[in-house]
Amino acid sequence: MGKAYLSIENLGVTFGHGAGASEVLRGVELQVDKGEFVSIIGHSGCGKSTLLNVVAGLVPASTGAVILDREAVSAPGPERAVVFQNHSLLPWLSVRENVQLAVDKVFGGKKSAAERREWTLHNLELVKMTHAKDKRPSEISGGMKQRVGIARALAMQPKVLLLDEPFGALDALTRAHLQDSVMEIQATLNNTVLMVTHDVDEAVLLSDRIVMMTNGPRATIGQVRPVDLARPRDRLAVAENGSYVHARAAVIEFLYTRRAA
Amino acid sequence: MTYPKPDFAEAAPVAVPAGASPPATASAAQAAPAAPKGPGAAGLARQAKAVAAAVLPPALTVLVILAVWQGVCGDSYDGLPSPSRIWLESKELIVDPFYDRGGVDKGLFWHVLTSLKRVALGFSISAVCGIGLGVLIGANRWAHRGLDPIFQVLRTVPPLAWLPISLAAFHEANPSALFVIFVTSIWPIIINTAVGVRNIPEDYRNVARVLRLSPIEYFFKILLPATTPYIFTGLRIGVGMSWLAIVASEMLLGGVGVGFFIWDQYNASRISDIVVALAWVGLTGFALDRIVALLGRIVSRGNAAS
Ligand SMILES: Nc1ncnc2c1ncn2[C@@H]1O[C@H](COP(=O)(O)OP(=O)(O)OP(=O)(O)O)[C@@H](O)[C@H]1O
Ligand SMILES: [Mg+2]
Repeated sequence: MGKAYLSIENLGVTFGHGAGASEVLRGVELQVDKGEFVSIIGHSGCGKSTLLNVVAGLVPASTGAVILDREAVSAPGPERAVVFQNHSLLPWLSVRENVQLAVDKVFGGKKSAAERREWTLHNLELVKMTHAKDKRPSEISGGMKQRVGIARALAMQPKVLLLDEPFGALDALTRAHLQDSVMEIQATLNNTVLMVTHDVDEAVLLSDRIVMMTNGPRATIGQVRPVDLARPRDRLAVAENGSYVHARAAVIEFLYTRRAA
Repeated sequence: MTYPKPDFAEAAPVAVPAGASPPATASAAQAAPAAPKGPGAAGLARQAKAVAAAVLPPALTVLVILAVWQGVCGDSYDGLPSPSRIWLESKELIVDPFYDRGGVDKGLFWHVLTSLKRVALGFSISAVCGIGLGVLIGANRWAHRGLDPIFQVLRTVPPLAWLPISLAAFHEANPSALFVIFVTSIWPIIINTAVGVRNIPEDYRNVARVLRLSPIEYFFKILLPATTPYIFTGLRIGVGMSWLAIVASEMLLGGVGVGFFIWDQYNASRISDIVVALAWVGLTGFALDRIVALLGRIVSRGNAAS
């Protein structure tokens, strides 16, 4: 039948009841293959986070369904790890303990304590945060916190990694560094990734496909644009590439001229 | 969410600097161990300066107050005794807090100790119950709706108003005193804990949900650490209030304790002794406050900032 790994089918989300009800999403259809990197882009408030949260299981779908690896999503779980916009590390735990908490919970019965410690450090290594493993979140920079958040999510070995504007609060330079890190990690681990972003360049650089959402209320997917660029991608070399320029132009065109779809 | 903070600013103004001071004091504490690393003499000099800056101004203030007091009261033998007369009349009480001639004729240390034991017991019970109830009304909407209005009413009842009821219920001085401490100190603990629980960031809850933490894991790994600063604000207000309550209720209950001592000396017209006892009460209350604040800082280290 060849069904996609992650499948969002006729998804609708309505918050509230009766007169106060607001329909945020309607008829969202999206298929994501295993190992694919898909970005969701759209204007502020259109419902991108809501869409991601439904996939995460944090927000219930009002209509339709999300199916991951042939199972319907009904509740949050570690196989759909989320990197939240504001890192959401627990401030009373050190960097290592933050990741360890997830590792212990997810692999509690499957790995020995030593293996779990090893796995925690391995994931911190992956995001280049081993040097600060004993620091508390308040003692590290915003970019480092976001790295730790990514390490925590990766450590759960999720089937799909959900990123909600993971770099939104960072300066351009830090942002570029983290984007490179994410590309590197994705090249090694071949994760399936769904990422919400505001940034057109980020979307084009990182994604295999870009999902463009119409404005709310009742937002839905307006257009899907594949990005035909070989990996690994180098941000400098790629900027001159025709596919990159075209994809970028298409996204901008969608966002700024066809906003009221 | 209309009730929380302003209430406590009124109930105990001490609590407001309490919330604000930990970061400052914490950084001072971090700076202190760093000092000896530098050139020894300079570091020492700097520390001495810091100590002097903290100790000298209050010491000077005390001296000025004593001098004014002495000047106003002079050597007259009625009314408020002057500092020099207090020294003459209550010298034994001041220099030897540890004497014990049996009965109630003991040094102030023993009286304060008795009161402190009562506070320790009553306050422990109210801390446990208060945190438990606070978590309940913070986490459960219906518990909040049902209990919060009642708590808001009960917490305005003055401690001593509970005493007759308490005596009627328990018939004995000691459990009555414990009950008064309990009922005085539990409200700020409940209300602050509840506010803390309601203020747990949505993000932490989402992390817990993604990890599928069980309710018990959630309680110990997320809720309790996230709420610790609030709990300690409540505990700090609570311990101060229970110290107020115990001294007052002992005056009425009799038997032992520093409150009783004050009343006893009043009946014996030994005003000098009362002044000495007041100094003890004040210093002990201050120490209690600082101890709870310190505990809070140790327990929630690194917790306040995110
Ligand atoms: N729990 C909720 N209850 C009611 N309305 C909600 C809820 N969550 C989101 N909304 C509404 O749904 C709409 C979409 O919100 P969402 O956070 O998904 O937007 P977004 O595209 O992620 O925006 P941004 O780019 O600013 O993050 C908004 O109008 C918001 O007010
Ligand atoms: Mg959003």
